[in-house]
Amino acid sequence: MANDLFNSFMTGPDERGRFGDFGGRFVSETLMPLILELEEQYEHAKTDDSFWAEMHDLWTHYVGRPSPLYLAERLTDHLGGAKVYMKRDELNHTGAHKINNVLGQIILARRMGKTRIIAETGAGQHGVATATVCAKFGLKCIVYMGAHDVERQAPNVFRMKLLGAEVVPVTSGRGTLKDAMNDALRDWVTNVRDTFYCIGTVAGPHPYPAMVRDFQSIIGKEVREQMTAAEGRLPDTLIAAIGGGSNAMGLFYPFLDDKDVGIIGVEAGGKGVNAKMEHCASLTGGRPGVLHGNRTYLLQDDDGQILEGFSISAGLDYPGIGPEHAWLHDVGRAQYVAITDKEALEAFQLCCELEGIIPALEPSHALAHVMKIAPELPKDHILCMNMCGRGDKDIFTVAKALGFEMGEFA
Amino acid sequence: MTRIDDKFADLARQGRKAFVSYIMAGDPDFETSLAVVKGLPAAGVDIIELGLPFTDPMADGPTIQLAGQRALEGGMTLQKTLDLARAFREGDQTTPIVLMGYYNPIYSRGVDSFLVAAKDAGIDGLIVVDLPPEEDAELCLPAQAAGLNFIRLATPTTDDKRLPQVVQNTSGFVYYVSITGITGAAEAEAGDVRPEVARIKAASGLPVIVGFGVNTPEKSRAIAAVADGVVVGSAIVSKIAAGDSVGDVLAFVKSLSDGAHSA
Ligand SMILES: Cc1ncc(COP(=O)(O)O)c(C=O)c1O
Repeated sequence: MANDLFNSFMTGPDERGRFGDFGGRFVSETLMPLILELEEQYEHAKTDDSFWAEMHDLWTHYVGRPSPLYLAERLTDHLGGAKVYMKRDELNHTGAHKINNVLGQIILARRMGKTRIIAETGAGQHGVATATVCAKFGLKCIVYMGAHDVERQAPNVFRMKLLGAEVVPVTSGRGTLKDAMNDALRDWVTNVRDTFYCIGTVAGPHPYPAMVRDFQSIIGKEVREQMTAAEGRLPDTLIAAIGGGSNAMGLFYPFLDDKDVGIIGVEAGGKGVNAKMEHCASLTGGRPGVLHGNRTYLLQDDDGQILEGFSISAGLDYPGIGPEHAWLHDVGRAQYVAITDKEALEAFQLCCELEGIIPALEPSHALAHVMKIAPELPKDHILCMNMCGRGDKDIFTVAKALGFEMGEFA
Repeated sequence: MTRIDDKFADLARQGRKAFVSYIMAGDPDFETSLAVVKGLPAAGVDIIELGLPFTDPMADGPTIQLAGQRALEGGMTLQKTLDLARAFREGDQTTPIVLMGYYNPIYSRGVDSFLVAAKDAGIDGLIVVDLPPEEDAELCLPAQAAGLNFIRLATPTTDDKRLPQVVQNTSGFVYYVSITGITGAAEAEAGDVRPEVARIKAASGLPVIVGFGVNTPEKSRAIAAVADGVVVGSAIVSKIAAGDSVGDVLAFVKSLSDGAHSA
């Protein structure tokens, strides 16, 4: 495929910001000039060596890239099948992949002369990453976070405050990531001159899905090199968890034209992908619609009203998915599956016990799918999952789910 | 000629400014909002904007967000919104109705099926907040072909370079959003609005109606004086939220329309 230009999966989006029929620019007129300006500035920066030189310098010295590619030997032995590698993006400064993208957007914001940065956050990892980089550059930072998430991700709320950010709890809707994104957009419409909206995933109006993917693609590029060094070849299967889909797109994108590399995205199945919609599996359980500036698969009712998803993981609790995933799904280049809360919790515990790594609940979903398929695969099959975040932020949620009182350990 | 075109021709003949009111369909319930809508023409409303409820109204402030939530909780849907328009239209053949909302409920229904149903229900125009000219092929062009006006928003960020594109496929009138912000937030100054209206009129050749932030009869008059008309939304919706009777809501609307008509 790589040498067949017409079949490349890496050429999107088109000039209208579309991946097939997905993506686009469904925003109010007030925002339209702003996203056009952003697109122009990003197109310019993308081909500017000094932009990437600044990124790489910060990735190396501030974030700690490249992150290791780690062979999880005990987990591999335990599962008794495929070889399991973990891309250790949880070792990044601030504890997740989110900072890869934030650095890119903040460097861009500085170039554009913007002084006020706004962001939405679910698990708080994107908020923490944004607050961190804003502190480093002395920029004002306002983070919108659903009131429900403020509660279940309290450690990250305090982190953001320590970093000097203002955290605005959002009470509209059910108070999760979707509602935080609505309020961030409302802020942007109001403060158009000085404000840069730093979106945390591969969603939103064009150019965000492509731009965030490009910034996160450092993950997959490193995996290519590291896997080639370790195994002398590319992995057979890539697996990543999907909220909006940024860590997954970052891992997948550099491999899209390697037809022998299988690609699996793992959505949050919550209590199960059922009629009651107690899940966040937009591809598995949703249908195409338009929200937050793009057309993609959405959880919605028959009337086109958006439904609140459900997941134990705040970072996956989003009723949509990045438009490029919607397209990869429809053209069949990637496969998408759902993992329940219960399965994710089991994977979380197993990872702690066997590998000495406390994973975030988000990559625990990816790991749970690894646990499902690895035993059935031959020993020379190479699986690479994205360990995109560490679990420090989740220990209270997990303790509660497992029936522990934190006080018991005192 | 649509009912909207006729209305503006009529107003021009009388030398009057247009008063446009917005309420959310189904807020707080179908019957009450139908009663309000039916009373609007007698309260001096020239054009009715009917809000189509949506769970994620990204350009709206809390007042209209909550109105949408009340409507949805009361079981309002796109179909029932069209039913409400039809029920109004049975008793009034001349007052234009503009449906205002977001794209997803329409997209979910299917554009072709929606346009047939909307036309049939007596809807005259559409304002769809999240469809900029870049996405005209989605709904704007099919709507015009179906005989509905597609009314575009122009904003303070719509510069001279962009304005021709924004007004190109617009018909009926242009809605100038006088502030950068969400509904119900800051208010515009008539002095800032006047040159913008002139700029948009010159580019579009259409009447320019100004909205966002107008909440008293005095402001209604001041803004109408520098435009072809004025829209009031959140201030009316607030009365409904406060539980005012249909009569009290309509009396408030009358005071606003008197303001606009005295300009
Ligand atoms: C560790 C981690 N993984 C994954 C996600 C989900 O986002 P995305 O799908 O964009 O990677 C989040 C979001 O907060 C996160 O914190």
